[in-house]
This record gives sequence, structure tokens and C-alpha cells, in this order.
Amino acid sequence: MAIDFLARRAPGLGLTVLLTVPLAACDGPPDRTPTLSDADVKRGRQLVNDKGCVACHSFPDVQWPRGGLGPSLENFGRQGLIAGRLPNQPGVLVQFVRDAPAHLPGTAMPAIPMTDQEARDVTAYLLQLKPR
Amino acid sequence: MSPPTSSSSSLVEALRGWPPPVLDPAGPFSNTVSTLSWVLIGLVTLIFIGVCAAMWVALYGSAELRAKLGGERVVKWFGLIIPAGVLLVLLVWGLLMVRGLTTIQGDELRMRVSGNLYWWRVSYLDASGREVHADANELHIPAGRPVVVEMESEDVIHSFWVPRLGGKMDMIPGRTNRLKLQADEPGSYGGQCAEFCGGAHALMGFVVVAHAPADWQRWMDNRLKPPPTQLSVEALRGKQLFNEVGCAACHRVAGTDAQGIAGPDLTHIGSRQSLGAGILPNTRATLTGWIADSQAIKPNNRMPAYRSLTADELNALASYLEALK
Repeated sequence: MAIDFLARRAPGLGLTVLLTVPLAACDGPPDRTPTLSDADVKRGRQLVNDKGCVACHSFPDVQWPRGGLGPSLENFGRQGLIAGRLPNQPGVLVQFVRDAPAHLPGTAMPAIPMTDQEARDVTAYLLQLKPR
Repeated sequence: MSPPTSSSSSLVEALRGWPPPVLDPAGPFSNTVSTLSWVLIGLVTLIFIGVCAAMWVALYGSAELRAKLGGERVVKWFGLIIPAGVLLVLLVWGLLMVRGLTTIQGDELRMRVSGNLYWWRVSYLDASGREVHADANELHIPAGRPVVVEMESEDVIHSFWVPRLGGKMDMIPGRTNRLKLQADEPGSYGGQCAEFCGGAHALMGFVVVAHAPADWQRWMDNRLKPPPTQLSVEALRGKQLFNEVGCAACHRVAGTDAQGIAGPDLTHIGSRQSLGAGILPNTRATLTGWIADSQAIKPNNRMPAYRSLTADELNALASYLEALK
């Protein structure tokens, strides 16, 4: 797709890209970053309640409960790091929300059973959080 | 059961929960209450229409009609005889109808629920009224059979209300009230304290779980067995901490050294549907949050926040409680 695009805009560049395409196969493992295109923020908001995240964290659009054990997530969408240690990126977050102990040994945050879809929904919800 | 949530409430969202539990009876005793409500709603609607018609006549009717409306006969009939008759019929019918709510045959199962700020102590009694099994915040009943629940309070006045299974019953200190409950089908039915009792009154819920009769018997037999002794290393550490950090002073776990009775019995906390008296789903996550800072979740409940516990200690305690099925 990107090649088509470049070929149309800049024929010369397109040719260069075309010639280097075979080399792309040598370019490390395939990108497995999960896409959030099918994730639903509203479902994520509901899950944060149902899975019990609210018992430890406070969210800008949840009036009750506003748990006190974990850090506030009011501004989470603009935070650079997860728990001050991990990069706040969708691919990391989607793993972190369902299995924090694996990524952050010694944390009090338990593994929370979730399907892939649920983890994506929660991730999408968390990434758009900003204070009201 | 759905714990109270705080999602923004619009009219559409409110109607999604239609019918409200009060108008959705799941047993004979709540059925009576719903029938009475519907009859009253119907009657009030009729009267409202009648009053509107009379107002229309008074404003726009012909002189002849208006004279009739103001006449002595209309006042005598519609102002005195008909209202008195309707009220009398309603009173007699209502009293006959609710008589069944309080008559006790004596062969029903006996249970006791005592209100506390802000949770419920639950006891299952034998025929002579002796406690067979102690629990909290969740009442298990067999479906299709009436249960008599004795209502008591250990501090202030509370009111026990499971809208889908029966009417409200006050819990008054120093007094024992009795309420009959019955669920026709197995399922979970949410309940709520219905008498303002203090700051966290709105967060004082509970769950009634109805089982098929055979399942209920199995459940009870299982409950009378001692708690599990096969615990993971982490849970064993939690068991030790339970005594060391002070949980055992208020909470009881049958078959262990923990014999406190000031707070809810935790012998089977791992198998409960809800946490914090019917307000949170019971998961590892909510359990951890509750242990460390229950004050943030239910302000002014009697359990202090244990913010001094380390992550390891919290994990161990949560793991232990989770194992207490």
C-alpha cells in the first residue's frame, strides 16, 4: 500500500523502494503490535468497572468507587510511562492490563483474567483518559 | 445482582433497566407487593383522568354541565361516598392480601440476618433456633420454598429489602422481626439496606442466592466442612499474616485461630459473589484493593485502611482469602 502511494507521488522514489523491497524480508521479526482499530472505548469503560480496576484506581469519568491503593489514572492518556517503568504504548499496555505481575515483579496489581478483545478495549479506554 | 455503578445516567439508560426490580417479582411474597402497586397505579390514573375531565368541564363546559358539576349530588357522590367506598375496599383487600406475608407455619427454614454498620451478619438456624452456620452479606436459600428470616440489628435501625423477593422489613435493635422470602426460580437477587443508617448507607447491599433444593442441600453440606488445608505457599503466608497484622481480631475463619466476630465472617469469602457487602464484584483485584484501602471504597466503614502493608503482604493475604472457598 505504501509502495503504491509512493510510486504515484514520486516515480523515482517508488523505483528505489521497489528495488529495496526484497531486503525488507531481512528486517527483523514481523510487527506484532496489536491494533486497537476494533477496540471500543465504551466497552473499556464498562470493563474497568466490571473487572474491578475501580477498586484501586480512580478514573476521571467514574464517580464511585475511587480506589486508593493504586495510582490515579485520571491523566493516564498523557503519561509517558506505565507504573513509572514501562513505556506507555498500546502494545505494552495491552499486555500489562491483564498480567501486571509478569511485567512488574513485586507489584500488588494482580493478573486480571481478560480476553484479547477485552484487553484491547481496556487499553483503548485508558489511552484516551485525560482530566475533565 | 449488579453493584451500583456510577455511569452517567440519562433517561434512556434508566429505562434500560425496565422493569425496575420492584415491579419484577420473582416470588409469591413480592408478587403481592407488585400487584398492590399496579392496582394503585391503575386507580390513580383513572382518578387523574376524572379530575382532568372535571377541570375541562369547569373551564369550557356549557352552563348546564357546569351547574351539574357544582351541584350537591356530584359533591356528595364523588367527594364523599365513592372515595370512602374505594378506600374501604382497598383497605380490606390490602389487609387480606398482605396477611400471608407474615403468617408463619413453623415448618419453614429458619435463618437470621443482623444489620451492622454497613454489612449483614447471616446465620443459618436449625428448627430450634440454634446457629448451624455463620456467614455474611450473602443469603443462600432453596428455590420454591418459603424461608423465614429473623431480622435483628446490632447497632442502629436498618431495613432489609430484596425487591424481587419480598417487602421491606425493618431491623430494630432489641427486637426480632420476621420476614418471609421465597424465590420461585434459582438465581441471584440483589438487596439493599432501605433505612438510612449512616454515611455509607447506600453502599450497604447484599445478595440472595436461590439454588434448586437439591443444590442448596449440597451447598449447605459443603459449607459445614472445615476450610481447605491445601494452600499454596503464598496463601499459607497470607494465613500467617491474617493473624499477625490484625485481621483475626475482627474476622473469623472457622477452623483456624482467627475467631474475631466484630466484622464479617470470612470462612467462605472466596466463594462469595460480591465484596464489601454487595457493592463490588468479588475478584482478586477488588479483594486486594479492599484490604489495602477499604475506606476509599466505602468511606467510614469500620475496617481501617491498611496502607502499611507491602505489595507482597497484600498479595499473600488476597491469595489466602481467595482460597477460602
